[in-house]
Parts: sequence; structure tokens; C-alpha cells
Amino acid sequence: MTTEQVRLRAPRHQVSRKSITLWTLHAVIGWTVVLVPQLVVLLFVDSPPPWQLTAAVVTGVLAVAHTVVMPRWRFRVHRWEATPVAVYTLTGWLSQEWRIAPVSRIQTVDTKRGPLQQLLGLSTVTVTTASAAGPVQIEGLDHESAVRLADELTTTTDATPGDAT
Amino acid sequence: MTAPEFPSAPELVEASPALEWHRLDLRMLVVRPLNELLGLVPVLVGLIVLGGGDKWRIGMSVGVIVLVVLFGLLSWFTTRYRITDEQVELHTGLLVRKRLAVPRERIRTVDLTAKLGHRLFGLSAIRVGTGQHEKAGENGGVTLDAVSSQEAERLRQLLLDRARVVVVSTDADAPPHEASKPLAKLDPKWLRFAPLTLSGLVAVGGTFGVLMNYAQELDLRRSAFSGLHDVVEWVTNAPLALTIAVLLGVVLVLAVIASLLVYVVQFWGYRLTREADGTLRVRRGLLTTRSVSVDEDRLRGVEVQEPLLLRLGRGARTTAVATGLGTKGESSLLLPPAPVAEAHRVAHEVLRESESPTGSTLRRHPLVALRRRVVRAVLPVLLLAGVLAYFAPAWAWQAALALLPFAVLMGWDRYRALGHALTDRYLVTRSGSALRETVALQRGGIIGWRVSRSFFQRRAGLATVSATTAAGDGVYHVIDVDEETGLLLADAAVPDLLRPFLERVDRPS
Repeated sequence: MTTEQVRLRAPRHQVSRKSITLWTLHAVIGWTVVLVPQLVVLLFVDSPPPWQLTAAVVTGVLAVAHTVVMPRWRFRVHRWEATPVAVYTLTGWLSQEWRIAPVSRIQTVDTKRGPLQQLLGLSTVTVTTASAAGPVQIEGLDHESAVRLADELTTTTDATPGDAT
Repeated sequence: MTAPEFPSAPELVEASPALEWHRLDLRMLVVRPLNELLGLVPVLVGLIVLGGGDKWRIGMSVGVIVLVVLFGLLSWFTTRYRITDEQVELHTGLLVRKRLAVPRERIRTVDLTAKLGHRLFGLSAIRVGTGQHEKAGENGGVTLDAVSSQEAERLRQLLLDRARVVVVSTDADAPPHEASKPLAKLDPKWLRFAPLTLSGLVAVGGTFGVLMNYAQELDLRRSAFSGLHDVVEWVTNAPLALTIAVLLGVVLVLAVIASLLVYVVQFWGYRLTREADGTLRVRRGLLTTRSVSVDEDRLRGVEVQEPLLLRLGRGARTTAVATGLGTKGESSLLLPPAPVAEAHRVAHEVLRESESPTGSTLRRHPLVALRRRVVRAVLPVLLLAGVLAYFAPAWAWQAALALLPFAVLMGWDRYRALGHALTDRYLVTRSGSALRETVALQRGGIIGWRVSRSFFQRRAGLATVSATTAAGDGVYHVIDVDEETGLLLADAAVPDLLRPFLERVDRPS
């Protein structure tokens, strides 16, 4: 005996596999900032209190777990799709968020590359609407697909009348 | 890249020199320093009466006053405005020349404010707001401070009517123009809600802070307040419990009086009308009068707000959800604290509905949501108790644990607030305990969806479904709704947007 349940389907496209490297780098940088001061204290201060060693070990274990698990988990979750009607994304890992923005309400389409992203040949496409609550972002596309997507979206928004509020 | 379908900004036209430039009203020269002085009166009195003729200080104050007057003169000489067919232009500034131009078709709100000084001389300041979200400290519109009240009223009608005409041309079956129609006005009985707002407490706290500041500055020991010594003596000798009780009593009485004063000063003469030109107009104020006009076509819904205390007294206030207005600012206020029934009545009058969407029966959220609300209210208290147990004496964490029942109550109240409904034209959602907000958002004003599911929400089969919009807060949440119910709600509210992304799956039952 089964019943039917309605749910959101996954968006069609995965992001570039290189995103795993990008997220790993982000995690490594973040945790280094937290770990290095602790290690400095441990190594250069005479007889540090015992809880400091515990804190450093806990931070280290968390850092390794997060750096290994988060990028892969994210890669399995992150997906996007652009239809003539709407832009549809799924992001996150522990917390996940689906965002849908109708093409008729799009105000701007931007592509952006941070320094790490440039190194890996990745781009972020940002789609803003008139809402003050923030844009729809597609992270981790390779350069060509990002440019192609931005062009497509711009062409479709051109074809839709209205002032998008 | 901009989407060019969005009407491109009109160019800054400096043409038509035939149109003459206006200066601000000359009386402003007197009014602006006067307003500044009115604000400084307590300080001046303090300085002259209690300052004991400290020449240096009096000299300083005189210097400040001279500077204020000079500044006023300068800004009068350097400020000019004119209204062309396309835009409102303002030139201002001496060292930094500013040229502001606001396209008339982008004007969404016109605020008239007259402080006491303005009113003595029959002047008003007029602020023209565009549909932009105005960030703190960044003025998206143009302010003319000040012009004569007649000129202000003329400008208000002129500017809003233009906005209206542009919109009407795209909407053939707009309702016919009618005369200004009153929707609500102040009932003196509403004053009973004043003590239920926190404004009184804030006012008392603020005054106390200022007084303490002066008391220190003015060296109280040799002042005229000999009575104060008796008070201090009594306080130091009386038992602690009595002192605290008396202190609380005094603060309470002062707060009640202050809140009544604040209510009267802010909302005296409150009237909400629908003007002939299709704008909603709120007029209020005892000393400083304010008139806020909102273009009705920019209205995307209303919000009924019930802060905890006000809710206990069955009161509420109503604000507008409109593009270009935040809901927290003063200008979106449609109804001051009043009976909750009145709040819902104003809501449906404003929206031209026969029944209030904010008052419709809401669908409750599943019981799992109660668990989440309670856990989220209780966890911080437990954390606090844990931290205190480690770092502080024993009574501290015990005191923290005593907060636990309140946390549970708060969680329960938050759960009780959760609810949603869908009417013909509105999506209604409610949440919050300390500030319970019921929002009715036009379904046509929804410009996107967000569905978020945290780890624990996924395990509980819940989701938070949020509608994004160009108006008010920008996004309104349906919190902790059953996942399927939430998705079907979103699908029904805006047809065809979510549909392509929904799928049906079998689930074992």
C-alpha cells in the first residue's frame, strides 16, 4: 500500500566537479585561521593549561571532518536549472535551500569570478530580482557554461515585458 | 548586465530653461534655527540656571547657535528646486554641489512633515520617495525643507497625480476617481493601549540617562535639589526589598504617563483617508504633524502587528506592505495601536476587500513544529545554565534554570502563532511571539520562492516556505509547515511557477 507525495524534484544540472576543490580550499583556509593561533600558543607558551590542548585537538578533528565531508556532501546537493520560465537552484548541505525566481521578474544577471575561482576556471552567476531578500546564485559553473547561461537569461528576460516588481 | 526590459533610467535632462527655479520658503531661515533651538531648550535652561554662569560654556552655546543660523542662511542661498514634466530637480550645497533628479514616474511616496517651528510659520518639509529600498543613512528621494504648507500640498497632489496617471494608462478598468474617503480616525479610547507599548519605558529610560548625564556635568552637590538628599538618605536606610518595590512602582507610573504622552504626541489627529488620486494618506501628530501618502498601486499587502503586551490587551497596529517602504519604519504605519478588530478592519478597507484577509481562519502547522519551537526556545537557556554552572557561582545557573518554564511557554506561544491561509487574492502567514506578525501578501506581488529545510526539518518532514516580494521586508516566511502542504500552498498561490519543478513519488504508508 503506497500513497503519493508531492515534493520538489532535483534541478537538472550538477555544478562542475572542480567545485569540490574550491570548497575544500575554502574550508582549509577557514580552519587554518582558527587553528594556527591555537598551535602557536601550544608551541610557544610554557606549560599551557590542559584545556587548551583539548580545544586544539577538538578543533583539529572537527576541521578534518568538515574539510573531508562538507565539499563532497555539497557537491551531491548543489544543482541548478534554467527554463524559459524560471531559474531554479538547490544549495546547501546540512541545511538545504531551493530557490525559484521567475524569468519575468529578473532584473540583473551577473557573472563573477573570485581569485580561487579563476585559478580553477569557475564562475558564479548571480540573478537578482526586485526583492530585497537577496539574489539567486549559481556557484561553481565552468566559464563557458556561465557565460552561455548569462546570455540565455538576458535574452529571455529581454523578451518579457513588465517592470518586474 | 542589466535586463533592458526594465525601463531604463530617463536621462538627466537639463533642458527647458524656461521653467523657473524655485527657492525654499524664506521663512525657513527663521524656522530651521528655531527648530534646532526648541530641541536645545532643556540644555540651555540647564546651562543658564544650573551652570552657575560658566562663561566658557555659555560662549560655546552661543557659538553653536550662530553657526546653526549661518548654516541655515547658506543652505537657503544654495538650494533651488524645480519640477519639470519629467522629473523633480534639486540643486543644493555650497562646497559640495549636489544635483538630484528624481523621475516623476518613479515617485511612490510623498511625506509632509511639519515640526513645531514649521507650524508656527505655516511651513512643511516635503520628502519625495522613490520605489527604491532606502538603506539607513542613504536617502533615496529628495527632501525640500521647507516650503509653505499650501505649496507642499500643491506639490503632493501634483507629484502623486503624475505617478497615478502613468499607471492608469496601462490599466483601463481602474476604479473611477472619487472624493477623499475617510477609512479610520483616532478614537480617544485607544489611549488605553498606550501603556502596552514599550515607548513609555524607552522615554523614561532615555530621559533618565540624559538627566544623569547633566547631573554629573552640573555637580549636584551644590545644586538646589536639597530634597534629593532626603531621598538618597531614605533609600540607603530602608530595607532593600522595599526600595526595589518603590523603585519599580515609580518607574511603572512614570512609564505609563510617558507612554500616554508619547501616544498623544505621535498620533493625535490621526486620520487615514483614501484620496481622490488613489493614494492612501495617513495624517497624525500633535506637535510635529506628519502626512504620509502611499501610491495605492504600490501596495502589495498589509501586516497586522501584535507585540506581546499589546496582544495581551487585545490590541494591534497595522502597517502597509508597499514597494519602497520597509515595514519597520514609521512611514509604513497605517494604524497606531488600536483594538485588534479595528486593525483587521483597516486592513481590509485599505485592500478594498469585503473581508479582512489578515483575519481569515489560518491553517495550523503540524505538531512536530511545536517540538521544534520548544526545543529552539529551551536550548539557549540550557546552554546558558551550563556555561554559568562552569564559570559562575551556583545561584547563577539555578536562576537560569528558573527561566525554563518561560522558555517552554514562549515556544508554545510561537507554535500557536504559526499558521497560513490562501484567499482569492492573498497569501496570509502568521508567526512570532514577542512580535506576532500576520501578513497578507498579494499573490500577484510574489516574485519568487524559497524552500529551506535544515537537517532537523528534513527529519521532521517540515519546511520553511518563503515568498519573496519587492515590497516591505522583501521576503515573508511560512515557518515549519508540513513539506507537502507548503509546496502545494506555493503552487496554488502563484500558478505555473512551481509546477514544473514538482514531482510525485510513492511513499510507503
